[in-house]
Amino acid sequence: MTATDKSIEIKNLSLNFGDLKVLEDLNLEITDGEFLVLLGASGCGKSTLLNCIAGLLDISDGQIFIKGKNVTWKEPKDRGIGMVFQSYALYPQMSVEGNLSFGLKNAGVPRAEIAERVARAAAVLQIEPLLKRKPSQLSGGQRQRVAIGRALVREVDVFLFDEPLSNLDAKLRAELRVEIKRLHQRLNNTMIYVTHDQIEALTLADRIAIMRGGKVQQLDTPHVIYNHPVNKYVAGFIGSPGMNFMQGKFNGGDKPLFATGGLDVDLSRYNFENGHALEGSEAWLGVRPEHVSVGQDAAQKAFSQEIQVEVVEPMGSDTLVWTTLADQEFRFRMDGQKNVEVGETLNIGFDPVSASVFDVQTENRL
Amino acid sequence: MTTMEAIGPRPKRALDPARIMIYSVLIVAALYYLLPLYVMVMTSLKGMPEIRLGNIFAPPVEVTFEPWIKAWDTACTGLYCEGLKVGFWNSVQILIPSVIISIAIASVNGYALSFWRFRGAEVFFTILIFGSFIPYQVMLYPLVIITRELGIFGSLAGVIFIHTIFGMPILTLLFRNYFASLPQELFKAARVDGAGFWGVFLKIMVPMSPPIFVVAIILQVTGIWNDFLFGVIFAGTQNFPMTVQLNNIVNTTQGVKEYNVNMAATILTGGVPLLIYFLSGKYFVRGIAAGAVKG
Repeated sequence: MTATDKSIEIKNLSLNFGDLKVLEDLNLEITDGEFLVLLGASGCGKSTLLNCIAGLLDISDGQIFIKGKNVTWKEPKDRGIGMVFQSYALYPQMSVEGNLSFGLKNAGVPRAEIAERVARAAAVLQIEPLLKRKPSQLSGGQRQRVAIGRALVREVDVFLFDEPLSNLDAKLRAELRVEIKRLHQRLNNTMIYVTHDQIEALTLADRIAIMRGGKVQQLDTPHVIYNHPVNKYVAGFIGSPGMNFMQGKFNGGDKPLFATGGLDVDLSRYNFENGHALEGSEAWLGVRPEHVSVGQDAAQKAFSQEIQVEVVEPMGSDTLVWTTLADQEFRFRMDGQKNVEVGETLNIGFDPVSASVFDVQTENRL
Repeated sequence: MTTMEAIGPRPKRALDPARIMIYSVLIVAALYYLLPLYVMVMTSLKGMPEIRLGNIFAPPVEVTFEPWIKAWDTACTGLYCEGLKVGFWNSVQILIPSVIISIAIASVNGYALSFWRFRGAEVFFTILIFGSFIPYQVMLYPLVIITRELGIFGSLAGVIFIHTIFGMPILTLLFRNYFASLPQELFKAARVDGAGFWGVFLKIMVPMSPPIFVVAIILQVTGIWNDFLFGVIFAGTQNFPMTVQLNNIVNTTQGVKEYNVNMAATILTGGVPLLIYFLSGKYFVRGIAAGAVKG
């Protein structure tokens, strides 16, 4: 392999535990300096994949390249990676300084250089006052900073994060999220970040790989994943509150009319993947709650309808309203400043351009 | 009496029925176990004429430490009249290497079983646990042959070898369960940091494990010190441990039964485990609990 701008390349990677296929024929290319987030529900194989890249799990088939070198059979320490864990995994009997320098001592780095690198990492993470303390004397946020520092001192090209913020409370999580993003902008090295939190994924990632059942469902920028999910699973997984799905059927001959629960939605302006809808085929129509307009704006949308408000959930900046549209549960977001009462009749509308349509059988985007 | 409005902490009754029950049961149980010890201590401090009076609960009129000295120094075990001290030093010689070797091996076993899942690890562990359920008697004769073939039958090395083997299942279980309770991520972090099999064990795991080492030491010290069977079979006559010597003193059929010497000798022999119980406190309870797993 020649040196390229590819930082990590995974070819046909499979991992089986007995008959159980945990990862299946996975291919992934990560460019230098990219921030890739592996996102999925628990048990989808995202952490497993990260452990395979780190060399902590032996794979069943395939190859892993880091910086153009085949590391498939290499020990974790020889792969040029640093790793940060969910439980921080600090060595409890060592001071912060000991934690940071442990790997360097094992690698036989000269003492003067160890001190220098530890000092540099401590400065970046602002943990200098903590160097002499034991992990048990640190708060959760400080511990995770030290854990990041431990990866930092290794001065490697690739950082692996395994749900690093999941053990922190919401406020700290938001703080450290920004800090990780800053760190990435500053160091500009490759980062692979495993999470089940879509906010972390959307805010941090250059690209997101959505995983399910050991396979990558979609690998793309947060923008594309949000606006053009390739299948119903991705569409439902990304976005909070989740996308509304309405089941129906295309009829109307030349015009792509989507019939659902006694309503006809004209999808003429929707960009079908293969140019047109298949007459008579069944499909899901997906509409994000935040893409729904209310009142005056609704009338200008390609589709609009009167509904009755059933449940109101004020969330501060927004208000989430639950209703029934075409005999199916439907929720939408509206301005939190506007007053809505239960039982009130509202006019809502949306634009098919911003919607998604999925085949009922394959659940793939149409 | 007017009923008071409930406010603040609920008033506590000094002696509610449950508490009285608990304390009365505890006191009876304590007396039950302390009474024999009381009789032993009292008897060991009496001279023979006083013992012949037959009142075993009475404290000594004339306190004498003669029986203790005799038990330690000159009591007869069969042909030799050198007291328990020989047995004491034999026991120490058996105890120290057995404890160190068995714990050293078992801790590495437990570590390997919980972190380095090799092929067949589960089978290996199952066999090891199964081993702890086989009655000792079944294995005695084969072990006699094995140690004879190894040329260590009837020697210190022989009995140490046996104690190490028999300590293995329970100690491995103990260490495996402890290490399994340590976070896997710690192990992963250490591996990313470049520590190998021994590096992770010695630099990360052992420094985190003093409690379990203490439990293991308690378990082994009391177990090996109290052992009679292996000592009498495998140690050889020159190396009989204290328990065997005690038996020989107490069961000597010649002459008068010196109850005071026998009592003193028994307390001396039980002294080491007793000391361990008192010094180890909460760790000892954990050791018992760990032993309970064995069944």
